[in-house]
Amino acid sequence: MRQPFEVYVHVPFCIRRCGYCDFNTYTALDLGEGASRANYATLACLEMRHVHAWQEAHGIHEPPASTVFFGGGTPTILPAEDLVTMLDTVRELWGMEEHAEITTEANPDSVDREYLHTLRQGGFTRISFGMQSSVPHVLRTLDRTHDPRNVIDNVRIAKELGFEVSVDLIYGAPGESLADWCASVQTAIELGVDHISAYALTIEPHTKMGRQIASGQIAAPNDDDEAAKYEIADAMLSEAGLQWYEISNWAAPGHESRHNLGYWRNVDWAGIGPGAHSHYGEVFNVADPEQQDAKAGVEIAASASTAEQACSLRAWDIPHPRVWAVALANHRVPWQGYELISAAENAEEIIMLGIRLHEGFDLDAFTERTGRRITNYVVDSLVEEGLVTRDGERIIATLRGRLLNDLVIERLLDSLE
Amino acid sequence: MSQQHNQPGFTDQSLIRNFCIIAHIDHGKSTVADRILQLSGIVPEREMRDRFLDRMDIEQERGITIKSQAVRVPWTYDGQEYTLGMIDTPGHVDFNYEVSRALAACEGAVLLVDATQGIEAQTLSNLYLAIDHDLTIIPVLNKIDLPSAEPDKHADEIAGLIGCEPSDVLRVSGKTGEGVKELLDRIVVDVPAPKGDPKGDARALIFDSVYDSYRGIVTYIRMVDGELRSREKLHMMSVGTTYDPIEIGVISPDMMPTRALGAGEVGYVITGAKDVSQSKVGDTITSAANPAKTPLPGYRDPQPMVYAGLFPIDNAQFPELREALDKLKLNDAALVYEPETSVALGFGFRCGFLGLLHMEIVSERLSREFGLDLISTAPNVPYEVTAEDGKVHIVTNPSEFPEGKIKKIVEPMVAADIITPKEFIGAVMDLCQEHRGTMSTMEYLSTERVEMHYRIPLAEVVFDFFDQLKSRTKGYASLDYHEDGEQAADLVKVDILIQGERIDAFSAIVHRDKAYSYGVMMTKKLRELIPRQQFEIPIQAAIGSRIIARETIRALRKDVLAKCYGGDITRKRKLLEKQKAGKKRMKMLGHVEVPQEAFVAALSTGESANDRDTKDKIRAAQKSEG
Repeated sequence: MRQPFEVYVHVPFCIRRCGYCDFNTYTALDLGEGASRANYATLACLEMRHVHAWQEAHGIHEPPASTVFFGGGTPTILPAEDLVTMLDTVRELWGMEEHAEITTEANPDSVDREYLHTLRQGGFTRISFGMQSSVPHVLRTLDRTHDPRNVIDNVRIAKELGFEVSVDLIYGAPGESLADWCASVQTAIELGVDHISAYALTIEPHTKMGRQIASGQIAAPNDDDEAAKYEIADAMLSEAGLQWYEISNWAAPGHESRHNLGYWRNVDWAGIGPGAHSHYGEVFNVADPEQQDAKAGVEIAASASTAEQACSLRAWDIPHPRVWAVALANHRVPWQGYELISAAENAEEIIMLGIRLHEGFDLDAFTERTGRRITNYVVDSLVEEGLVTRDGERIIATLRGRLLNDLVIERLLDSLE
Repeated sequence: MSQQHNQPGFTDQSLIRNFCIIAHIDHGKSTVADRILQLSGIVPEREMRDRFLDRMDIEQERGITIKSQAVRVPWTYDGQEYTLGMIDTPGHVDFNYEVSRALAACEGAVLLVDATQGIEAQTLSNLYLAIDHDLTIIPVLNKIDLPSAEPDKHADEIAGLIGCEPSDVLRVSGKTGEGVKELLDRIVVDVPAPKGDPKGDARALIFDSVYDSYRGIVTYIRMVDGELRSREKLHMMSVGTTYDPIEIGVISPDMMPTRALGAGEVGYVITGAKDVSQSKVGDTITSAANPAKTPLPGYRDPQPMVYAGLFPIDNAQFPELREALDKLKLNDAALVYEPETSVALGFGFRCGFLGLLHMEIVSERLSREFGLDLISTAPNVPYEVTAEDGKVHIVTNPSEFPEGKIKKIVEPMVAADIITPKEFIGAVMDLCQEHRGTMSTMEYLSTERVEMHYRIPLAEVVFDFFDQLKSRTKGYASLDYHEDGEQAADLVKVDILIQGERIDAFSAIVHRDKAYSYGVMMTKKLRELIPRQQFEIPIQAAIGSRIIARETIRALRKDVLAKCYGGDITRKRKLLEKQKAGKKRMKMLGHVEVPQEAFVAALSTGESANDRDTKDKIRAAQKSEG
């Protein structure tokens, strides 16, 4: 039996691009070669069929999907029926666990009661709203156009329809004061949602905001300010009964995003849509990658399966929707590239993902899975420096250890040698 | 190539003219030398390489000649073939002693001055050296083909300096060849023939010695008395060694073995010695069978004036650094070094140099020819430090500075000659004053240019003096200096502490008045250069146990990727791997990780205290002292 299996569907369209955004998303209605918003669900379903066929041909027999997540871009830019169609195709190809978690990200302006109702009828269980801030000038800096009142209304409707509801916040925008941030967190808490994500604004150089900072038009986010805001968020959210379960995520117990936990637990997932990543913990009899590159599309040959020959695979779709559409039309799994993850790299990933979680990083399980060991010396010194706590064989990042998570990861990686 | 009539070993002294060319960097010495070779017919035009005499890459790029060579050039004047010995001299102040040996091998000197620039300080100093050696001076203005040439003006200046008529100053262009024939004729007419004793015991002056990877040590000599034969055992009078020479010969323009070298001739000897310290510039070679009674005058060992530590950035390169220095030493008797260990920088060598340029050339050759990545510590001059107990220490490295109370510190001084256009007199005075210089005299070379004489601590000159002189005079001033005794001074050792630990590489011996600015600048620089870490890092400057400056690197509060979902994992892992590789280039100072780049940047000179924060902090530190 393989690990839980998840499906991610990327919807690469937005009405407009936000200044800080570096996601793979496009504002055009039609990008050519059939890659249009109107035709998108059809293409995504086609990709699912290709992927499913590829899995079967390579001896990868996934269990029914435990979670499905529609992200973007803005998935709710598509008609609700399209989202449901795509979900139906997942169900048809892989089946669905009984209590599967089905999430879509939503722009507060692009949904209403009818839209949400259609999703609920179609089997969706969870809505994640991009709220970002409750403060108008911060929203403007972030290029967010939504009306803050729509967040309140749509969260209420979603709850009434029986959805689990999450909102996303961003802190550290230029000009955002500590008071602004407290106000946003407070507003999010008062929505009564069971899940809140809070992300430090991260500037990528090639974004509009990256260029504005490089040219000195606006101030760069400040690490100390962001650290203070993280501490504020953690204190306020815990007080409100939302427990951190990952560095940037807080939830009422039992309402954690199971889909996202899957990423950090390194499960299998199929990524559908331009630029989406897929991950398979075990693939077998991998042929020479050079040869595969030479063929049209990526094919990873596999037939017999012995554990010795297994290794992990991560692959990513062609990012541009038009090129992606052409690949689909040529009956290819539209991967742009892939990497075979070595045992050593796999160990690194388990560490760097695991230590982000409140459930912590299990030293024994790690040794069992990878054959490697983290030295006690390093664990003891991390404990002594107040970066982690130890609970039996688990180590869990402290508040300080969450803020200095990369440093903790580095130390753990170092101790592998 | 035309057949030469005068054969080495059989040329009458009356037909020999030995001369050198004294010129500032870039005044066109090599171009003129090349023209001479070409005109004499010994280098066919098609084989003319640009600047034939400068063979090392660095020399070509920097336009300076480090190692001189001696070429035998035939020249026919009035129907008679003469043999000219053209000796190339190093142009820079660091090689002053070598210049003086080259001059001792000549009877005449061509003073070559750029007609667009006029005479420069180092040229002037070498000119005085030539006059001291009783050399006949032939003044020449070069680059007369350039539109910006002002030959009349500079001819006046030169005439004033050497006491000739402006019309006596020859005008040439190395580029077009104009006037070079006249110059050669003039050399034959004006430069006296050598006056050694052809029948006496053999005495030859070593005026240069180079290591050639194919031939071993090539020693350049000027026969003064007697003759040396190719099968004769040779004796080095100062070093005291005896050799069977492998070859003796002349250069014309390639090495040509000969059977003998006679009085007045210039040539080379290949001794088979292993390194140039066995064949020292200034030493006298004589015949082992019939040795001369007294050596030629003027021999001395080159004395290092500037010391610095050289450390490989990657400590694994230490053996390679040792090997590279050993190889350079073959070629450079003035280079001295011994192993040194630094807490901060690991294993390296404490090296002694003749001066800053010498130091620069050595580190550049180490990196260029040997591919070494080096950190060099701040240059240090030798101090004589008397501790309270009366014990005297020679301190060439701040780490040797004695602890506890100091009775007296004596530092080396130099006499500095600075030539500058008169509008920069004020700027030069300010600069010299800031560097603890005292002015003695000032002379007008012409209505436009002055020569200023200062006495300045060598330590002040070796740091960033020359760069500042250039920048404050828009590049017009030139500098020459030579040793000029010593003086007692109020010097202190400033230590830099990171997290309470003294970092030896950053310690410096400075004048008490400058201790604050050094401390403030260094701590500020390091605050910028050292990345924030998970704890607060105090950076302090101290004299003994007294803290004179302090900066703090605040603790790192956030080092985490906010989002790490399915599409971020590969990128994140690669980033971590890259960071990990970067960590390997970090030095651990206690618990503090310091990037190599921080050492390199902190130890680089030339940054002055101009921003307001620095000035305020220096003032505050000085007040707290008062």
